[in-house]
Amino acid sequence: MPLNNDALTVSGLSHNYGERRALSNVSFTVEQGTQFALLGPNGSGKTTLFRIISTLLPTIPEKVHIFGNDVTLSSSEIRRLIGVVFQSPSLDQQLTVRENLLCHGHLYRLRGKDLGSRVDQALDLVDLRNRSDDRVHTLSGGLQRRVELAKAWLPNPPVLILDEPSTGLDPGARRDFWSHIGRLRSEKGTSIILTTHLMDEATMADRVCILNHGTIVALGSPEDLVAEIGGEVLLIYARNLSLLAEAIRKAFNQEVAILNNCLRIERPEAHAFISDLVDKFSEEIESVTFGKPTLEDVFLHHTGKPWI
Amino acid sequence: MLRATLALWKRDIVRFCRQRSRIVGALGTPIVFWALLGSGLGSSFQVGPSATPDGGYLEYFYPGTLALIVLFTAIFSTISVIEDRHEGFLQGVLVAPLPRSTIVLGKILGGTTLAVMQATLFLLLAPVANTQISLLTLPIMWIVLTALAFALTGLGFVLAWTLDSTQGFHAVMNVILFPMWLLSGAVFPETGASGWVQVAMFLNPMTYGVSAIRSVLTINDPSMLSTDLIGSLTVIGLFGIAMLVASTISIKSRHI
Repeated sequence: MPLNNDALTVSGLSHNYGERRALSNVSFTVEQGTQFALLGPNGSGKTTLFRIISTLLPTIPEKVHIFGNDVTLSSSEIRRLIGVVFQSPSLDQQLTVRENLLCHGHLYRLRGKDLGSRVDQALDLVDLRNRSDDRVHTLSGGLQRRVELAKAWLPNPPVLILDEPSTGLDPGARRDFWSHIGRLRSEKGTSIILTTHLMDEATMADRVCILNHGTIVALGSPEDLVAEIGGEVLLIYARNLSLLAEAIRKAFNQEVAILNNCLRIERPEAHAFISDLVDKFSEEIESVTFGKPTLEDVFLHHTGKPWI
Repeated sequence: MLRATLALWKRDIVRFCRQRSRIVGALGTPIVFWALLGSGLGSSFQVGPSATPDGGYLEYFYPGTLALIVLFTAIFSTISVIEDRHEGFLQGVLVAPLPRSTIVLGKILGGTTLAVMQATLFLLLAPVANTQISLLTLPIMWIVLTALAFALTGLGFVLAWTLDSTQGFHAVMNVILFPMWLLSGAVFPETGASGWVQVAMFLNPMTYGVSAIRSVLTINDPSMLSTDLIGSLTVIGLFGIAMLVASTISIKSRHI
């Protein structure tokens, strides 16, 4: 039995769509009050996992628990514990911002003054009190996402689950949205679980679970995952990548990965290797980029394949 | 649970009132049907003396048009189930801690209310059709209209929940719902129809709706309630319960 103070526990979860396996023996824990990112490319199984955690997709019992409650056996208790922000909009475009929140509150048995003050608090949290009487379709995409956040938080759930929350937002709106999530975490202590395919969003989390083809390839804090790889990373841009890769392997006995538009070399003290490399292949190499490893490198390191 | 049902009901009403084209479509189409078909066919249509003595086809067609308004509004209101799924509103409702029956009931009551409201507006045209409805019989008419609207919205919900597109919904509407209306005694009476048509009319729940509406329009006060009317109401009521159960089963059996 999972500990009740863990926000989410997934133990040996597998899921099939007919013959196709979407999740394979996935296990992890999300501690209360932390931010946890499920990172993976399209088809990695993160949306399936999201749908199971948010009770939209049934699974076999004893595999997924939120604060000790089984998502399959106690779905109505689970629904009281979670707020969900979907990838696609879930607001009624014809209703005003306030009407949307009131309707949502009624679904959670909130009413009267309590509901009214919660709606005000939720609108304050996302700085939208002044737009509360506007119809949703008159709001920009970024503001609509903020209303989604207010709506999910309205019943004050201890866990917020967000599916690709930044989809369709420009960089400014994304920063803005994440600052509101941060506020929610620090002011309310809400546990945040999100799915994403964006590295920088995952890097903001306390812990990251990297999924590929339905299995976990890496699990831990972004810093630990990156530190595990160690070394430094060179990205080499050239016209003929495969020829150059072969030549580098022969000349330096160095492992080289071919990505979509560049070569990637990971080794300790890679910065010192740059001059050797450029001396030897000055004709072939167009440019070299040096950097510390990122989660993208973690993915490549564990799967042997470039990220997307 | 009641609060949640009311919230979903209210949302449907507010949405409807903010989309004027829906009001025009649901009320306008049957009125055009009634005026054109009623006037056009009037001279060539003959029915038995008990059906329409004075008003001719315009009068005969009036209860059928009322039923058509209920049918149109009730069924079209459930298209919003498909829209809600596509626009995403439904997913937010489905993760709320609610029994599924609450969601079904909110939707069905929303459609029912809209249908009865529109039918009531059409009742104002009764004098034009040489038909009277007294204040005494109006409550009985509302009961009939509510029961019929409830059952038809339930039917619409089952269809909408199992379909993925509004185009598919329109196709089903043409294949199932129009024949249901045509074979209900709304357009022509059962007497004189060929054998299989009579059987289809007997099995069609809509027949009992049209028959009940027609019965209420022929009485002047509630003491004249006929056993026919009570029988028809019973059939509609049972049909409504069956549709509520079917809707609840379908929402539980399919995940979005």
